[in-house]
Amino acid sequence: MAETILEVSKLTKSFDGGSAVLNEINFSIKKGEVVVVVGSSGCGKSTFLRCLNFLEQIDSGEILLDGKKIDISAKALPKYREKIGMVFQSYELFPHKTVLENVMLAPLLVQKRNKAEVKAEAEKLLARVGVAEKKDMYPRQLSGGQKQRVAIVRSLIMHPEVLLLDEITAALDPEMVREVLQVVLELAKEGMTMLIVTHEMDFAKAVADRVIFLDQGEIIEEEPPEIFFGEPKTERAKRFLNTFHYEALEDK
Amino acid sequence: MDLEFISSHIPMYVEAAGLTVRIAIYGIIGALIVGLICSLIKELKLPVLKEIVQIYIELSRNTPLLIQLFFLYFGLPKLGIVLSSKACATAGLIFLGGSYMAEGFRTGIDSVPQIQRESAYSLGLTREQTFFRIILPQAVATSVPVFCANMIFLIKETSVFSAVALADLMYVTKDLIGLYYNTDEALLMLVIAYLIILLPISLVTSWLERRVRYAGFGN
Repeated sequence: MAETILEVSKLTKSFDGGSAVLNEINFSIKKGEVVVVVGSSGCGKSTFLRCLNFLEQIDSGEILLDGKKIDISAKALPKYREKIGMVFQSYELFPHKTVLENVMLAPLLVQKRNKAEVKAEAEKLLARVGVAEKKDMYPRQLSGGQKQRVAIVRSLIMHPEVLLLDEITAALDPEMVREVLQVVLELAKEGMTMLIVTHEMDFAKAVADRVIFLDQGEIIEEEPPEIFFGEPKTERAKRFLNTFHYEALEDK
Repeated sequence: MDLEFISSHIPMYVEAAGLTVRIAIYGIIGALIVGLICSLIKELKLPVLKEIVQIYIELSRNTPLLIQLFFLYFGLPKLGIVLSSKACATAGLIFLGGSYMAEGFRTGIDSVPQIQRESAYSLGLTREQTFFRIILPQAVATSVPVFCANMIFLIKETSVFSAVALADLMYVTKDLIGLYYNTDEALLMLVIAYLIILLPISLVTSWLERRVRYAGFGN
């Protein structure tokens, strides 16, 4: 059995003292595993991902990386985040830096790696996702799909232990969704550990080792994709999955 | 109009203008540094210091430069600190300009979306690295028009320096009027001197503003 990389116990989060967005979530992910989180909007899946990176302050609970509790002091947090890659829906490349500068910034600044080595790796990774010829351009000159592939490379070059993907195709035109998801599928094949929030159910089915269904801040179902998409156990999951089939609406 | 009077006093004006420009340059650079430090303190949300910065900004923006200069020139000696006219003028300009520049930085910083910070944090950058590498470069590009306006504003404010006995343009003008009663000529030369200083700066800054607006990182 592969080792557990990230472990979450009783994670609770609410905004401004309101009702809990996440309620005592228990979760773990093993090395090389791909877990997809699905649920209707507002169910807390993005918040869950953001909590794992401490972009949101959690109310209670524990997060462990490689079995060690995370020190959330301002000094220690960057060291942790370095090991957790994150890709956002809106790409968030740095607009004042070229593609290559975007990719090379963190390895040089944070990991203090050798410049020639970083540049070689950056170019190799950019070529792999098909944007090698864009390396000296600014993000503004790229299409959405290209930007998102660069954003993935920018995370990958840090050699993260886990990659968090937060609805990375939600802002893309349909024809660009595929080129980005193709990259993610290849990463999965290579054994990259990933936690993915997505609305692309076909993609979820193809890439996931395990699917988590979040509803009202709680994990309602957690099982392999064949079971979740084939015969979901709960009524809520059935209703959620039905919204993706248009013919189902005719029954109403 | 006494042309001979004008031509014979040009050197005096040139010298005074030189002094005005020198102090304005020190003042503007100092103000930019103070503004940057203030915005860094606010960005890092440093306790106590950020309250001090807020008090400073309100105090500096809501009192006239003339009063600030009087405090430096006539008030501080009572506390045992005696500053020269030049030092007072420079310090006063920095004190006034610092808050305006800080607000300029703030406008730019506020225009950078919060998620850009999160993106940098999630790559492992510290808050300081994020501020200097990611936020500040984008903020400065946005704030250039504000900085330019502040620069011109500060140069114009130098006209009150004569109040602390600094031999600047205004001082020379008032001197000449007092000595020779050539009011028209002296004031005309004063206006022209300020125009000669400010017009080129105004042209350069509007060119710079256009460039920043259209350059837009590869657009």
